[in-house]
Amino acid sequence: MKIHEFQAKELLRAADVPVLDGKIARTPEEASLAFQSLGTPVCAVKAQIHAGGRGKGSVKGSQQRGVELAKSADEAARIAHGLLDKTLVTIQTGPEGQVVRQVFIESGCDIKQELYCAILVDRAAGSPVLIASTAGGMDIEEVAAKTPELILSEPFDPDRGLGAYQARLMASKLGLPTASWRHAVQFFQAICKAFVSLDAALLEINPFVLTGDGTLVALDAKMTFDDNAMFRHKSILSLRDESEEEPAEIRAAAAGLSYVKLNGEIGCLVNGAGLAMSTMDLVKFHGGEPANFLDVGGGANVEQVTEAFRIILSDSNVKAILVNIFGGIMRCTTIANALIEASKTVGFTVPLVVRLEGTEVEDGKKILASSDTSIITADGLTDAAQKVVESIKA
Amino acid sequence: MSILVDRNTRVICQGITGKVGEFHTRGCLEYGTRMVGGVTPGKGGEKIADLPVFDTVAEARDATGANATMIFVPPPFAADAILEAVAAEVDLVIAITEGIPVLDMARVLPVVENSKSVLVGPNCPGVITPGQCKIGIMPGYIHTPGSIGVMSRSGTLTYEAVWQLTQLGHGQSTCVGLGGDPLVGSSFIDILALFEKDPETQAILMMGEIGGSAEEEAAAYVKEHVTKPVAAFIAGRTAPPGKRMGHAGAIISGGKGTAEAKLEALRDAGIEIAETPADMGAAMVRAIQQKN
Repeated sequence: MKIHEFQAKELLRAADVPVLDGKIARTPEEASLAFQSLGTPVCAVKAQIHAGGRGKGSVKGSQQRGVELAKSADEAARIAHGLLDKTLVTIQTGPEGQVVRQVFIESGCDIKQELYCAILVDRAAGSPVLIASTAGGMDIEEVAAKTPELILSEPFDPDRGLGAYQARLMASKLGLPTASWRHAVQFFQAICKAFVSLDAALLEINPFVLTGDGTLVALDAKMTFDDNAMFRHKSILSLRDESEEEPAEIRAAAAGLSYVKLNGEIGCLVNGAGLAMSTMDLVKFHGGEPANFLDVGGGANVEQVTEAFRIILSDSNVKAILVNIFGGIMRCTTIANALIEASKTVGFTVPLVVRLEGTEVEDGKKILASSDTSIITADGLTDAAQKVVESIKA
Repeated sequence: MSILVDRNTRVICQGITGKVGEFHTRGCLEYGTRMVGGVTPGKGGEKIADLPVFDTVAEARDATGANATMIFVPPPFAADAILEAVAAEVDLVIAITEGIPVLDMARVLPVVENSKSVLVGPNCPGVITPGQCKIGIMPGYIHTPGSIGVMSRSGTLTYEAVWQLTQLGHGQSTCVGLGGDPLVGSSFIDILALFEKDPETQAILMMGEIGGSAEEEAAAYVKEHVTKPVAAFIAGRTAPPGKRMGHAGAIISGGKGTAEAKLEALRDAGIEIAETPADMGAAMVRAIQQKN
């Protein structure tokens, strides 16, 4: 689950991480008032969307950047006007961009140096790890690729947290002045503690800054959470902004399905994540473009499968559907009955290719053959992929 | 021979009184697995599928001589269930549960590492030695006893591969589902080492997926330490970066964990690549022919 920068800042503030004062604005007037109430000579006006790269990104059809500095209330209002209800395109949103519904007006500060840090769970280390670099504000992926020696990392135990010595080591390697080390220890320990206590999946602060008076401040904050841990964080769940998410993905999640929308023409309905990914790969291998990833899970029922078809068909790009089921716990007869039920209630307007294998496959195939639906059956993976790709060429 | 489990493995089920736990306990019994009991705190003394239920793993182990456990405990309590099994010194802990918080696993893994127990999973289909012992949720009948070791990060993709092998006349020594989570107990490397040592396993088929670097590490290990033929498939060549493909672990982030990087590492280690999921069984056959 993702949240907005201003929400992440609130969580960090509560966790004793130094952040600047800021206010959220949904109209240019609110932006103007926010500037006045903050009372600093300069404010940053920052588009709030669930994607990074805002500083370099720009609004469709204009020169407006996703983050700009304002020196007056009028200027803050003007920037807000340039952003609100406009589509911001950044390196992370893709060419379609994302609509800006709110801006964050944040006080300025005396920046001496910009740095980068992030916390995530490192699979190789089997633990959370604090990563930092002097290359703040930059595209960290590029830094990692070109100059990996500039990226420092310190793994830490979730319950013991980051050791003060680890924080000092980091501060030293980052070249922070010794007078700022106590601030660095407090800063790094606080963000590591926040990461663990909130069950975050990623906490990225790009940049955090060394200020003129030697303290450290989180200037940005990107935070995502471990969906599996949200049962113990009801208050974080309330920060969810569904308007930032793909409607079909929300709908799928509500039905217990795992769905990711893609840009192709062939809808895929598969059981199991690995097989679902592989089915997409196979479609592509045979010259088609998958329209989605959809895993109905191990024990889907007729209602779930029917909803899965509705979701796939709600994508107007879909010109054919491939169903690939390897029945294990899921019986092929269940899926066959669900297919027939779905064809009655949803109605298929596009060709449907079905490949069944596994538990009760013969009976499943019989059910499909005896129905009067125009389902195209396939034997094996290759046959299925070829048939579905051919079906949209015809 | 085989790895991890055989006809002598004595298995308990943690979470046996739950619907899913009971269902799969019965499935394992039907397959011929020596299920010897189950554990659900507070339900000691009950019987499920004629098996005794105990309050704690330690009691179950003492009473039944169990040396393996299959965990179906719900996600909020599953990490604790793993720790309980490890504390009771059960040799093999197989966690089927899907949806355990990743930081819970970060707390569990160091404990497992400093114990004698081997953990497989979580979020995995389990382990099966065909014809002898099935611990988990896989459909038993698709497997055939034989000499191919199979390991994978995903469930149904493993069934697909096993099915292809069986149809090509190649049985399996043991099939291990490693699990689709970012942090899991056993890695490809752990299982590769066991397959390499197992005299009955003559070739190894592995199924990886995008995300992380487990496949790259496995490739490096194969290059150095594995003499048996190896074939591999990587799921997710068409997956876009930044999108989680069902499994928490299957995500390309920061340009890392791409299918292409994994395939390159595997090829470099002399591993035969299945170009499509339809080619997994055939790739294994090619790898065996090349080594002979």
